[in-house]
Amino acid sequence: MLDRIKDDTAVAARNVLVEVDHLKMYFPITAGIFRAKVGDVKAVDDVTFDIYEGETLGLVGESGCGKSTCGRAILRLYEPTAGAVRINGRDVASASQDQLRKMRPAMQMVFQDPQASLNPRMTLAAIIGEPLDEHTRLAKADKLARIYELMDQVGLNRNFANRYPHEFSGGQRQRIGIARALALNPKFIVCDEPIAALDVSIQAQVVNLLEELQDRLGLTYLFISHDLSMVRHIADRVAVMYLGRIVELAPREALFAEPLHPYTQALLSAVPEPDPNQEINRRRIILTGDVPSPANPPKGCNFCTRCPAVMPICRQDEPTYQEVAPGRFVACHHYANTTMTAGLTAAAEASGQNASGTKTPTVPKGQGIQQGD
Amino acid sequence: MADTTASKSPAPGTSRQMLAEFWFYFRENRGAVYGLYVFLALVAIALLAPLLAPHDPIIQDRGALLVPPFWQDGGNANYLLGTDAVGRDILSRLIFGARYSLFIGVVVVTIALVGGIVIGVVAGFFGGWIDMVIMRVMDVILAFPSLLLALVLVAVLGPGLTNAMIAIAIVSQPHFARLTRASVLGEKDREYVMAARVAGAGNMRLMFRTILPNCLAPLIVQATLSFSGAILDAAALGFLGMGAQPPTPEWGTMLAEAREFILRAWWVVTFPGLAILITVLAINLMGDGLRDALDPKLKRS
Repeated sequence: MLDRIKDDTAVAARNVLVEVDHLKMYFPITAGIFRAKVGDVKAVDDVTFDIYEGETLGLVGESGCGKSTCGRAILRLYEPTAGAVRINGRDVASASQDQLRKMRPAMQMVFQDPQASLNPRMTLAAIIGEPLDEHTRLAKADKLARIYELMDQVGLNRNFANRYPHEFSGGQRQRIGIARALALNPKFIVCDEPIAALDVSIQAQVVNLLEELQDRLGLTYLFISHDLSMVRHIADRVAVMYLGRIVELAPREALFAEPLHPYTQALLSAVPEPDPNQEINRRRIILTGDVPSPANPPKGCNFCTRCPAVMPICRQDEPTYQEVAPGRFVACHHYANTTMTAGLTAAAEASGQNASGTKTPTVPKGQGIQQGD
Repeated sequence: MADTTASKSPAPGTSRQMLAEFWFYFRENRGAVYGLYVFLALVAIALLAPLLAPHDPIIQDRGALLVPPFWQDGGNANYLLGTDAVGRDILSRLIFGARYSLFIGVVVVTIALVGGIVIGVVAGFFGGWIDMVIMRVMDVILAFPSLLLALVLVAVLGPGLTNAMIAIAIVSQPHFARLTRASVLGEKDREYVMAARVAGAGNMRLMFRTILPNCLAPLIVQATLSFSGAILDAAALGFLGMGAQPPTPEWGTMLAEAREFILRAWWVVTFPGLAILITVLAINLMGDGLRDALDPKLKRS
């Protein structure tokens, strides 16, 4: 599966399946016996992006930057503070509970911790069958047939149907979680760090399974992860989050070849290079200081406290999130007037060339970055 | 993965395996095992009461008033544990009394458990002002001494065994409500609940199918402990004349009737008292064992 052929090009031509429009998710901070509100944790602060049908959008960032909250708010597992999320043109964020339940089949989720996300008191068949109970009126035999079909799809032995989650290994549990997510033929699946809790040997299996299912069923993924090499492997486009905001969004190859935002540059410089010769030349950008509290973000650019290329304006004004090259979005004052460096233009050209309809084989990680053809 | 053979083992293993595991932990506590045996014996006695009892518990033998137990002077092998002030056989009354006590325990615990679970799940699941209102009402009920409140309720409803049971159930229900709420609060933010929500489960399903089964262990323990409490409270209400009414061979009522003979005929008060003591002790020991065996800290690893 590692050499799966990806088609970066068609991405631009495809329909938009998920539109996230100025999504905000604030959690109130309360204090005192009367629970008076004293502030907000701005877990997701004004995030806008689109996900095209059939693509995998990787969402990366360090711990606590709001990736998971963003994924959950998109599925409305939290009540968003503001903004809209349109899936297939229908607004999820403002739908009533009844409408929302009817929209659930189209959007599903694979959770981070397969142990915690499976009800310990339910058998495997009951867990996979739960979405079917809620949304379909299948006869018992049909339901069982569908459960077996799903188990086959994710590679689970049919004899396991009556076992409980604690009897399975981590990888098998994650397969159960995936089977449950697939039960209703969803279009869009949020994968919330689906491999973070697994052994490295199992990670590849699960990721390959996800890719295989995507090819077969035409799924669209929002793949949340902090594992950059895994995102580079699976994602078509990558969004980088920092402190509740998206700082950069770009096609995978372009992002890894020429990161624009200083934070992305620092983040990518932390990925170890498997080739020892290149590893010697790898230059790490070490950020100083800690991530500011999302309850009290700095004035101006969120990243201004740690940015190696900070300018006076960064401490004053919030940078706007804008498209600086086709398909490349960045929120940074360095690119405010689209004064692009030569390298950037080259990268943009490369991705533009890419968009002309040629197929680019995926680069297995560590083999260097391949731009265009 | 071989799809072919090995299909026999998985299905029956699960519940039997859980039972075996439970028994393994339960057996560790010897007192609990003895408690279980005594309790099972009591259940057997209650079920077989008409066969075991040598006499009818209500028939009065005017020729044998306050006969002492058989090993004392003036004792009579016909009445092994003696007779009471109106000539009824105490042994038979105790045997039939076991029926009432166990019946009271079962009914009270069932009512209190069902009510407490519903209230507790609703409070814990919805939170906010619903939780606030419900829990403050529960606090008010808990603030009264339980027996006193039961007494007031029986006084309002009128004396009798049924009303006594209702009163005791109402009084012991807040314990279940609080316990349920606490467990629900612990479980409701777990990921599997969120997963069920993604699957489209409604609130009712989330509350009673998804969350509740994971909260049962502490409730089972509390239920056994309240079982003995209910028997004790019913006996106390009976003793105060507010529970079962006189001809009924209920242990607390027997004690109340025997009050004036404490000095003259010790057996009339001692045996019903012993019966209550042994029953409550056995059930409490059993409850302790259950708590050890079902403690989530020991089990969920």
